[in-house]
Amino acid sequence: MKKVFSLFWIYLVLLFLYAPILILTVYSFTDATMIGQIRGFSLHNYITLFTTPELLQMIFGTCLLALVVALLSTLLGTVGAIGAFYSKKSTRSVIELANQIPVVNADVVTGFSTCILMIAFFRIRKETYFPLVIGQTALCAPFVYLSVLPRLKQMDHQLYEAALDLGCTPSQALIKVILPQIVPGILSGFMTAITLSLDDYFIATYTKPATFDTISTYVVNATRGSQTEIKTALWALSAIIFVVVTLAVVGMNYSSEKSEGKNR
Amino acid sequence: MKKNVFSRRQLAVPYAIFLFLFVIIPLFVLIYFGFTDENGRISFANFLHFFGSGKTIGTLLYSIVIALCTTIFCLILAYPVAFFLAKGNFGRKQVWIMLFVLPMWINFTLRITALKEILTVLEGNLAYHPFFNTVLCMVYDFLPFMILPLYQALCKLDNSLIEAALDLGASEFQVFYKVVFPLSIPGIISGVTMVFLPSMTNYVVLDMVYNSTYIMGSLIGSYFSSYDWNNGSVISVILLLMICAVTLLSERFTKQEQIEKKSVLK
Repeated sequence: MKKVFSLFWIYLVLLFLYAPILILTVYSFTDATMIGQIRGFSLHNYITLFTTPELLQMIFGTCLLALVVALLSTLLGTVGAIGAFYSKKSTRSVIELANQIPVVNADVVTGFSTCILMIAFFRIRKETYFPLVIGQTALCAPFVYLSVLPRLKQMDHQLYEAALDLGCTPSQALIKVILPQIVPGILSGFMTAITLSLDDYFIATYTKPATFDTISTYVVNATRGSQTEIKTALWALSAIIFVVVTLAVVGMNYSSEKSEGKNR
Repeated sequence: MKKNVFSRRQLAVPYAIFLFLFVIIPLFVLIYFGFTDENGRISFANFLHFFGSGKTIGTLLYSIVIALCTTIFCLILAYPVAFFLAKGNFGRKQVWIMLFVLPMWINFTLRITALKEILTVLEGNLAYHPFFNTVLCMVYDFLPFMILPLYQALCKLDNSLIEAALDLGASEFQVFYKVVFPLSIPGIISGVTMVFLPSMTNYVVLDMVYNSTYIMGSLIGSYFSSYDWNNGSVISVILLLMICAVTLLSERFTKQEQIEKKSVLK
């Protein structure tokens, strides 16, 4: 009885989380302009999605931005975490406190404060993309820092000393001994940075050039308009992202399970 | 030897500078703009304007109500899920929890669009139930953020405590509210902070379901579109203070919990 209820509840919440996306995915393969209409199979939405320059530019721009931001934050966050880990305790706690600010802060406030600093105070032009990239990096780098730090704590520290004793220079020891041990943390930090950048709406709206759109800002603007063609093409985009995310998560879990199996 | 240690420390410098320039300085600029008028003179008019106007206080209250409802519904939906997954005997827990966390990775505007399309069919016109739709979409958006910390907290909970309570004659309900619930409070708190604050500020959800009432975030949005940096900063500073308060409170609470747990074990 208890098991029945718990399964019922779990499936109910899963239904709530997945039904809208799944229904939209099914409808993306039809000509319907609204959910509920019954129409035949069609790839119309996918063709629109991949042939409208505006949509393609927006998708490509979002991905490129996410990649640049993620690379930059991974570099900053990883190097910062290594440096902070070996710093004095007081220095480290100051860095950690500052690092915590973007993590707990509301995105609206992070975005607005970046905008104020760059655009109202220093009068940097949005068209340079500098405020946008730096704003998102300031959000993402702390998460990279947080995912690298636990790996540093788990690491075997005698290996570094051993490498030095065996004649490595400090930078060699860093690259050949420390770095390989924290790769899982760096990778998961990189993935977090990618998702945060892809998901970000607020920092993007407050700092992006007027002509540039990310998926988030584009979708929000599209819901205000009433272009059916674009609206249903976005269904196709949701379907694709859903499939890509599912494959990525399944793949990551599979590979981590496999490597755990090897370690045993 | 001393030189080597020094060189590793130096790696912290670029990140520290970055954090200082783009995380700390913006907060000071916010405070500066909050306490000055358009001409750069020091003034408290912006704050008086916020606290003196019934409209803005109404906005504050409305966002608290929205956030409270969202948090409560998330908790009601998420707690049983987290509990069953952590304590029930379902095989392959990793896969189950992954299923609940996966939506977090899909762009939130696209997910809300999906729910919105369904709601449009069910309700006919979204404008009839703005409050309900807003809360529903927020719950939909933030639910994974509630499930994950609850699940982690409940996984840490030692099963032998539950068994001991049952052996000592506690009913299942007593076990829940005297053992399981108190020990899961750190998870609840971290889940609540992850849901409550964003749902006070994420005005995009309201925009998307055509709810024209303002929440705190919408104020920042509208001041941004009218280039009113000073009033926008005031709202940001107020939100920052609230975030600080909540974070400090929750940290204190979870630390106290840890201390209590330790003293129980001794």
